[in-house]
Amino acid sequence: MSHVAGGAGPDDRPGGPVGHALGRGVEGAGEAFRALRARIAGSSPGTTDGDVEPAPEKVFGPPLLEVRGLTVTYRTGADEVPAVQDVDLLVREGERVAVVGESGSGKSTTAAALIGLLPGSGRVAAGTISFAGEDVTHASPARLQQLRGREVGLVPQDPMSNLNPVMRVGAQVEEVLRAHGLASGRRARERAVELLGHAGIPDAARRARAYPHEFSGGMRQRVLIAIALACEPRLLVADEPTSALDVTVQRQILDHLEHLTESTGTSMLLVTHDLGLAADRADTVVVMSKGRVVERGPAAQLLTDPQHEYTRRLVAAAPSVGAARATVRAQAREAPVAGRRHDRGDGVPVLRVEDVTKTYRVRGRGNGDLTAVDGVSLVVPAGTTTAVVGESGSGKTTLARMVLGLEEPTSGRLLVGDDVVGEARGARRRAVRRAMQPVFQDPYASLDPTMSVERLVDEPLRVFDEGDRASRRRRVGELLDQVSLPRDAAQRRPAELSGGQRQRVAIARALAVEPRLVVLDEAVSALDVLVQDQVLELLHELQRELGVAYLFITHDLAVVRQVAHAVAVMRRGRLVEHGTTDAIMGDPQEDYTRELLAAIPGAEFYAARAG
Amino acid sequence: MAAEATAAVPAGSGYSGDGLGGGRGRVLRRLVHDPKGVVGLVLLAVVVLAALLAPLLAPYSPTQVHFETPFQRPLTVGFLLGTDDLGRDVLSRILFGLRASLQVGALAVGLAVLVGVPLGLVAGWWRGVDAVVSRLTDLLLAFPFLIIAVGLAAIGGASLGNAAIALGVAAIPTMVRVVRAETLRTRGKPFVDAARAMDASGPRILVQHVLPNAASAIIVQATIIMPTAVIGEALLSFLGLGIQPPTPSLGIMLSDAQQYLLRSPSAAVLPGLAIAVICLGFNLFGDALRDALDPMTVTARRRSRGKAAR
Repeated sequence: MSHVAGGAGPDDRPGGPVGHALGRGVEGAGEAFRALRARIAGSSPGTTDGDVEPAPEKVFGPPLLEVRGLTVTYRTGADEVPAVQDVDLLVREGERVAVVGESGSGKSTTAAALIGLLPGSGRVAAGTISFAGEDVTHASPARLQQLRGREVGLVPQDPMSNLNPVMRVGAQVEEVLRAHGLASGRRARERAVELLGHAGIPDAARRARAYPHEFSGGMRQRVLIAIALACEPRLLVADEPTSALDVTVQRQILDHLEHLTESTGTSMLLVTHDLGLAADRADTVVVMSKGRVVERGPAAQLLTDPQHEYTRRLVAAAPSVGAARATVRAQAREAPVAGRRHDRGDGVPVLRVEDVTKTYRVRGRGNGDLTAVDGVSLVVPAGTTTAVVGESGSGKTTLARMVLGLEEPTSGRLLVGDDVVGEARGARRRAVRRAMQPVFQDPYASLDPTMSVERLVDEPLRVFDEGDRASRRRRVGELLDQVSLPRDAAQRRPAELSGGQRQRVAIARALAVEPRLVVLDEAVSALDVLVQDQVLELLHELQRELGVAYLFITHDLAVVRQVAHAVAVMRRGRLVEHGTTDAIMGDPQEDYTRELLAAIPGAEFYAARAG
Repeated sequence: MAAEATAAVPAGSGYSGDGLGGGRGRVLRRLVHDPKGVVGLVLLAVVVLAALLAPLLAPYSPTQVHFETPFQRPLTVGFLLGTDDLGRDVLSRILFGLRASLQVGALAVGLAVLVGVPLGLVAGWWRGVDAVVSRLTDLLLAFPFLIIAVGLAAIGGASLGNAAIALGVAAIPTMVRVVRAETLRTRGKPFVDAARAMDASGPRILVQHVLPNAASAIIVQATIIMPTAVIGEALLSFLGLGIQPPTPSLGIMLSDAQQYLLRSPSAAVLPGLAIAVICLGFNLFGDALRDALDPMTVTARRRSRGKAAR
């Protein structure tokens, strides 16, 4: 388990990234430090990649990136609004630093400022940024251009939109090499293939000729990593590199990234919203809130003994920090309180899914039927939460859409009470629709941007011809209160609300017609941890008060542990495991479930602590 | 995001205490706060008022000839904007010409919107209808509008109404396509799924969700059709397929004056200017209206300002 040996990988030719990086000679100090590091790594094979404490004190080189008193402001109208204030940051050679914070905390702005990629209205108002001893705060665009890619690599967040869809991926890697004059012609092509291979793309020579759409999300992220590492930068800035990916893929990518940077001694600045991930992957964690650094320190120390109030809340809210939190919402599984709207017997199934299959005809494929959902049966008892977990492509969303009657099952039945979804007609059909309401993943897209909050919440009431104008208005007020939205939000448009507020509106809408089942399709995945925590809390309270059942579709097992009574694990359209949350989480029977559980960021960290 | 649920709503919006049931007049408020909107509104008001009050404002009849004083320059005594080749008062003719041009423009836009928007919505929503409607619009696009105009003139005689119909029909296909594209775009959005999940009917979703989201595209398209129609009217009148001389229209004035362009440029420039003012007014107004209707505009404008400042 030696970092260096591992990093050299399958492709350890002279002139490969490793040899090259060392050859390029990052001055004497860096080299000495690398040798030292290699010795440490080599001599203590017990140390894991995860840098779980109590790993021996790592030795880092001289400061590579030094930020002092950085203040970044954005101009909005006549005002200068500070997004980042007085931030100090230090990344040493070979160190991995994670910047953690919610959206709006200024973490991405900080990263953008470092590489001179602030959006047009932003500027560095104060402070200095020095890279390898050179003050680059106000470096010329040409110099920054040179630094970017050559000395500082960037792994962007969204692998879907950061590759040119009409260019072969090999060519996109070559482009970097050419732009920095590192290689040309055939040499560039060979080097690109080599880099793609290093980034973990199998059969790189052939795949280099493919287009981005032929790659999965994880593979695309590997291409972006290859691009970022093409020039063997000394610092790698990774802005939420895996947020758009499935947990298991996320884990592979991060492992690989770690492995690559480790082997070349590249420093890494990891920007993430996920405290667990930061704990797993970084040596030092810097917590940002509202544009300021509130706490910094070694990862292990920060998570186990947070000093600042905000860090404490973050640690408490982080769903991945499951073990310690299992008790927090234990009452979620207690017997439901009496006196609710739908107490027509708990445990009576509100939804029965019977052997449902959905196949799509795939165009352009010879024998091509795609089975999205394959013989799934499950039952959602009234007043409880059933979670459906799986990676993207596991068919969980298709299942949710069939439940909502947006897709017809190819075979099998979905029953609400005694009525089959999609077959009931007339009044029965309305009753079925009414019994189930959706909350979708993306609160930006699931609310009509042209409608005010009041109209949005009112809409289901109007669709189902509920009451007159005055009574509807009362009901809207009631619903806004239930989801803790202020009355003055009623006339705002979704664009004027925060993500959490939008999701509250979506929940209010779903509850408007008093459904027995709310289908939550990744309903909290797009939210920040603290907001996510609040929304989960709200859902839990509503369940207790109203006795509504949830079908909770998610990829995030950590969240499941907090909210669900029962869990169904899906993979490639099939239900691989189904049981109570405690049983599945505590004693998973299937390898796949175990894999999913292990992939939760921070899981290793806490497992190590607990063990 | 931490400060969730605490930000205050902009003051001065007059709705009742609990914040419910209000929200009207929001578009108008935004419109008058936008300099573009104000200028556009003023220009349009001037043009429309001038056209409406033409009989009162015009010093002469638009067809009254003064053979003794042709080609007078503007600011001549008695003829504020000069006279044309037959000695007709340019000011009077412009005032009456505005009427004709605006009528044609409004009729053409009205026709394109009334026919094009529903067709576009329906075509974007129901695939079966789409096949028919799209082929028909393709056919119409392949059909030069002059032929339509000639056909209409042959049937009903050359008139303002027929010219407007020809121009409106010519504008329908693009309107259908724009609205259809917007419908296709919107129907894939999760909020439409949400509406379908609550059993909202197709027409309901089209009216409640798709139409408001397509509004800005429709407005943009309408503000393009309007000036095109005004100019198209000039073309048709020039060919004798539109308004018949001596009834004035801006188009006829332009085509008459161009024979004497060197001798009396003002007779050509002034009606051209009037057309430009109409177009500018509609464009500015349309722009501002689109911004006012667009719930995302606030952020978008900020962003563009930031870029411009760089």
